[in-house]
Amino acid sequence: MAKRQKVLVLYLKLPSLEGEVISWATFDGTGKKLHMTGDSDEPPYPTGLDALLDGWRLFQASQAIPEHPGQEFRTSYLKHEFFFEKLEEGDF
Amino acid sequence: MAKLLTTEQMAEFANSGCLFFDELIDEQTNKEFLDDIGHTDIDEVDSVQDYYRNIKATSSIPRIPAGAKLKDAYPKGSPLEKIFSHEVVDGAIKSLVGSNTIIDHQFLHITFPTKYFKQANQRQMSQQNHQDSTIDPRSTFDVQLFYFPTEVTKAMGGTRYHPGTHLRIVNEFGIAKYQNILGQKSIVCKPGTIGIFHSGLWHGAGVNFSENIRYMFKVRLQPTEKQELLWDPEKKYQPLPNRALYWTDESKDKTINDILMRSYPWQEADTNRLDKINVVKFWRLLTGHKKMDVDYWLTRIENELY
Repeated sequence: MAKRQKVLVLYLKLPSLEGEVISWATFDGTGKKLHMTGDSDEPPYPTGLDALLDGWRLFQASQAIPEHPGQEFRTSYLKHEFFFEKLEEGDF
Repeated sequence: MAKLLTTEQMAEFANSGCLFFDELIDEQTNKEFLDDIGHTDIDEVDSVQDYYRNIKATSSIPRIPAGAKLKDAYPKGSPLEKIFSHEVVDGAIKSLVGSNTIIDHQFLHITFPTKYFKQANQRQMSQQNHQDSTIDPRSTFDVQLFYFPTEVTKAMGGTRYHPGTHLRIVNEFGIAKYQNILGQKSIVCKPGTIGIFHSGLWHGAGVNFSENIRYMFKVRLQPTEKQELLWDPEKKYQPLPNRALYWTDESKDKTINDILMRSYPWQEADTNRLDKINVVKFWRLLTGHKKMDVDYWLTRIENELY
């Protein structure tokens, strides 16, 4: 049996897993489903914590980086990024 | 006579980064545009490259050097000349980028339906989210004007966009990792619809799952003058006085400030406040009222006493 990784990336309203999901991306290494931009309007989970409760393992979270002096009001990329994974066994 | 935008429309643009004019262009002009580009059934298309080659060879859409004036760009009597002469289109352009706007570039975006990808044995994918065309920290802004000559149904995908993202400074496809963003919208519209985006608005092309080809003609326009009160040459706009915050008075009517302060579901709890501050800063530039504020966001932190 081979193992494949499924990756779920959640962007939350807060820098805490309790925060609501505001953006999401899924990459399925099993090849069962091809995800792409704009493929769903509803988030897969209400919060990051709900992803944990469903068995996703957190493996990376964004750091808190102080705003650069003079750039305090500059807005850019979504801030609160959390990477999760699930490993799936099967004949791929 | 150009029909300039209203202050409400300008506030909507300042807050959301986009404006739409449904079914603005008449049926005859839409037909002329489609005839001009040789619109056909997907079964008649052998390859994307050949289809574009044919349109470039036979249509009236000219090659326009970057920086050319819009007013001289399109042949007299051509469908595009008629579209840009429409009083509402002309007025919106004059309101946002002035009377002497220049063309950055134009393109006819064509999104082919599933049938084409099956025949060509290619994977059919949507375009990732991006911001045109590179990182742009200016206060000056360009606009991208979109023209949809046919109906765009939900199955046809439409241009995906994210209202309120236009003031977030990112570098083009640096936002491609966000597959889905809460509150995302797609342009589903009737023939002849015109959309105008602030050049910073996050967007991408959706997948066309229908049976028909989807078209979107785009022109990016740059101003050559300061974008201050262009929609209000008599300078009638005056900022509103402060109102109560948090412990609010619900009996008051909605105002321009409610449009300016609208939030979006994709905004983080903390950065949402910076998004509001940046809309106020943008509105200061657009109106020329350099000290104006909405809901005390800037007044509070400009009270520096040391």
